[in-house]
Amino acid sequence: MMMKTVDLAEQSLRALNQSLHDGEMLSDIREWRVTNTDGAHNIACGLNDDISVDIDGHAGYYCAGMNQRASVTVHGNVGVGVAENMMSGTVRVTGDASQSAGATAHGGLLVIEGNAAARCGISMKGVDIVVKGNTGPMSAFMGQAGRLVVCGDAGDALGDSIYEARLYVKGRVGTLGADCIEKPMRAEHQEELAALLEQAGIDEDPADFRRYGSARELYHFKVDNASAY
Amino acid sequence: MCGIVGLYLKNPAWESRLGALFEPMLVAMTERGPDSAGFSIYGDEYDAGIKLTLQSDDADYDWANLADRLGAAFAGVDDWYRNASVAVFKLAAPEAELRAWLAEQAPGVRVLSAGQSIEILKGVGLPATIAERFNLKGMKGSHAIGHTRMATESAVTLQGSHPFSTGLDLCLVHNGSLSNHNRLRDKLRREGIVFETDNDSEVAAGYLTWRLAKGDSLSQALKGALKDLDGFFTFAIGTRDGFAVVRDPISCKPAVIAETEDYVAMASEYRALAGLPGIQQARVWEPEPATIYVWEHDGAKVEAA
Repeated sequence: MMMKTVDLAEQSLRALNQSLHDGEMLSDIREWRVTNTDGAHNIACGLNDDISVDIDGHAGYYCAGMNQRASVTVHGNVGVGVAENMMSGTVRVTGDASQSAGATAHGGLLVIEGNAAARCGISMKGVDIVVKGNTGPMSAFMGQAGRLVVCGDAGDALGDSIYEARLYVKGRVGTLGADCIEKPMRAEHQEELAALLEQAGIDEDPADFRRYGSARELYHFKVDNASAY
Repeated sequence: MCGIVGLYLKNPAWESRLGALFEPMLVAMTERGPDSAGFSIYGDEYDAGIKLTLQSDDADYDWANLADRLGAAFAGVDDWYRNASVAVFKLAAPEAELRAWLAEQAPGVRVLSAGQSIEILKGVGLPATIAERFNLKGMKGSHAIGHTRMATESAVTLQGSHPFSTGLDLCLVHNGSLSNHNRLRDKLRREGIVFETDNDSEVAAGYLTWRLAKGDSLSQALKGALKDLDGFFTFAIGTRDGFAVVRDPISCKPAVIAETEDYVAMASEYRALAGLPGIQQARVWEPEPATIYVWEHDGAKVEAA
């Protein structure tokens, strides 16, 4: 199996992203390394093959967005919207992530080894997100499906307007958002959390976490509120 | 959109390179703001009086004549120099009297900044064009903040470009948009604050000017801004001794900070910081919402609002 290094100081980002979609090239080269990223936006977007991509250095916005099947590791921080709308595969960030990490993602696993800023997992639709550090305010805002694990503290308005999705937090929760409540940690939740932590390669005891989710009070219009309209 | 950059040197040995380090930061934010650009640079301190940065739309404006007339009216001009469409004057005279004299004797000449250290230079055009016009890369100083503008709320003009002066040695740059600027402008006008445009950021600047004139400290004024300004904002505020950064509680507008032993740098995006020396070893983080960060000669302060 061949490995290829792409130096973004030498080669354009567009050429890199085209190579990562070039079936002929990908039949030979399954491992990629990207250097001199300098915070460029849109690195390794829309991948659709089970290749591995290591990004050395900080990445900008929408890194590994729309990922399918690929395994992308950023050795540094990422800007807004890492792994946005991911469908499958794995995205790992060894540093911090800016706002809206994993936004609207349908599947796959996003691991953030540092902290995630505001609105991590906004409108998540099935993705699993594991954050080793803290998350900012409004994490899992309008979450619809998937799991969010926070090993540190979660900021204010956690799970605001959440539909479904299960949230596990080890540390302190600033405040709970509208319609988000604490729920009992049953054996099945301990099991699924243990599996998620193992998949993410993070050594934490599932027994230390609390579970939050939707009270399902915002699903339906309440006739008592009719006078407000 | 808009882009913001700031660079504060902790290591005085780097001051001769401030412009050279700062120019690529400003130009890196061109995609966020190609309409206009500007920067405030702090250095070349003048303690004997006041330093004014004046601007005229007339490319052939006779600055030497203005210097003679100012000197005659105010017992001499200590120093003055021209830089493209602006000129910097240093003289010992009260600020209010100088402004009144300029309004009467030199109509069309704008005061872009006033203080002991600050110079604000800005204009309509690509950031690279503005930087080149004023020879930013050759400038020395202790710190600078800059802005690249993509106008959303008002016209693309020099008056609408950033930084905005908010008092002696103070200035503001803004990324975002304010929703309550019309009402707030009316209120501030009644308090005596003068506005030149219908620009929302100018209202934020006027608000800070008003609070500071009432005796607030910078952090008190910024706490007030978090309460009274409705909308989206990341602000960088230049002060004589450093700069401050604050983001609104929703924190939609980006900001990233890098700190080493030699400098503190702030930008809308990491791309603007990527070329700084030692950035690989820098501590890089994103400022928290509704939190006031201040870096000055006597150290760093962080205050939750």
